[in-house]
Amino acid sequence: MLKKINKASICFENNISILETASIVGNKEGEGPLAKYFDVIEEDPYFGQDSWEKAESRMVKNTIGLLLKKSSIKKDEIDFIIAGDLLNQSTASTFGVKDYSIPFLGIYSACSNIGEAMILGSVLLDGYFATNVIANASSHFCSAEKQFRSPLELGGQRPQTSTWTITGDGCMLLSKNNKPPFIKRATIGKIIDLGVSDPFNMGAAMAPAAADTIFTHLSDFNLTPDYYDLIITGDLGYVGKKLVIELLKQKGIDVSNNFSDCGIKIFDKEKQDTHSGGSGCGCSAVTFAGFLYDELKNKNINKLLFVPTGALLSSISVLQKESIPGIAHAICIENKI
Amino acid sequence: MELICIASTEYKKKKFKELVDAYSPKSNIVSNCTRAFFVGGSICVIGEIIKKLIINMGVTTDNAPLVTSMILILTSVVLTSLGYYDVLGKFGGAGSSIPITGFANSVCAPAIEFKKEGYILGVGTKIFIICGPVILYGTTASVVIGAIYYIIKKIGE
Repeated sequence: MLKKINKASICFENNISILETASIVGNKEGEGPLAKYFDVIEEDPYFGQDSWEKAESRMVKNTIGLLLKKSSIKKDEIDFIIAGDLLNQSTASTFGVKDYSIPFLGIYSACSNIGEAMILGSVLLDGYFATNVIANASSHFCSAEKQFRSPLELGGQRPQTSTWTITGDGCMLLSKNNKPPFIKRATIGKIIDLGVSDPFNMGAAMAPAAADTIFTHLSDFNLTPDYYDLIITGDLGYVGKKLVIELLKQKGIDVSNNFSDCGIKIFDKEKQDTHSGGSGCGCSAVTFAGFLYDELKNKNINKLLFVPTGALLSSISVLQKESIPGIAHAICIENKI
Repeated sequence: MELICIASTEYKKKKFKELVDAYSPKSNIVSNCTRAFFVGGSICVIGEIIKKLIINMGVTTDNAPLVTSMILILTSVVLTSLGYYDVLGKFGGAGSSIPITGFANSVCAPAIEFKKEGYILGVGTKIFIICGPVILYGTTASVVIGAIYYIIKKIGE
């Protein structure tokens, strides 16, 4: 029997438990409002390495190691690792994962990587193809700046709409288990491009995709927004958040009461000078692995709609004057079976 | 049918652009210009002071501007390497990127960033990624202006 619902949603039959999470962040994230939820705050931006790219790979390796240590599951019991990052050819993930000798699936959907990893992991578990899957996503401020923007020491100003790439890695162990919380449903987003071409306003570029995925999810499962305790997007920041609320309002859906964004939660806008908020694969990944997972465990949130968002641009596509397509995947996580 | 579809997408994009413009906070032009004016002005004043000082120390008036530029470039490179110039750049904006110190910063910053890829294929190929256009079009423009100057001078004779 087909487990797909309408055009883009899927529903899982087994109990796909998020058994454990691990998060490692950089110094700046460790000074933010969510500091107490992270497992490790690394003071050294190089993570003991000699380049930003190697630093990010080391962060990936450390976080997976930490996850294995925190959970009681041994390395040999992990069936697959699904991981993604922002660097060209996903080298942060591949170099970080290679020493573990665990079958690996590398993915890319920009900053919504963790969402894609969680959905694919759940599908593997629900289809009886695996018993334990690790989902991982990472980003590093310095390696992202080097690849997408300008050298770190170049003096200049960032526009008010720009976001700050998170240095962080969020990792989770998905398993068929009866321990809450569970991944119950998911909606796979489609690529939406409404013509935003400013790479310093990625919140605006991704907002239509986020609004579309939330709308599709709610209508596919016949839900109202207040069904969820919290609907949280990945890295839209302040600009993107306002746009999503407005776009959904135009479709007759009011999410303003229980809607937030990981990029807004992770930084203190006034004290940390981060403009529109945090961004990057790590943003949604560490906010979930740290803060949101804790809230679910403590039953402060029982029904969560987690919507990681991604801007599908490259440094080349921007120079060739292409607009920025956005994507968002929605994952419903609940404490009740 | 297809035409209607394209028209409606264009309309949607236009409407969304209006929404984005309304919701995106703008940079404060007055405060940015004021800061750029004072930072840029201060760098030039410092240059003038250096020039006067070195002339007093015995450097000829012809050589003084050259030596002043060298001192400013060195200072900027040292500040960039120590991680201070980007702080100044964030505060001063165009005021710190237009003077010769900003140019030095735009050469030094990629040199530091791409050193990890080696001195030939890293530093060597990437050092001008920011200032390359200035060098290319700056020298081209000066050749063109030089030619025009030469022709006008010939006609004048």
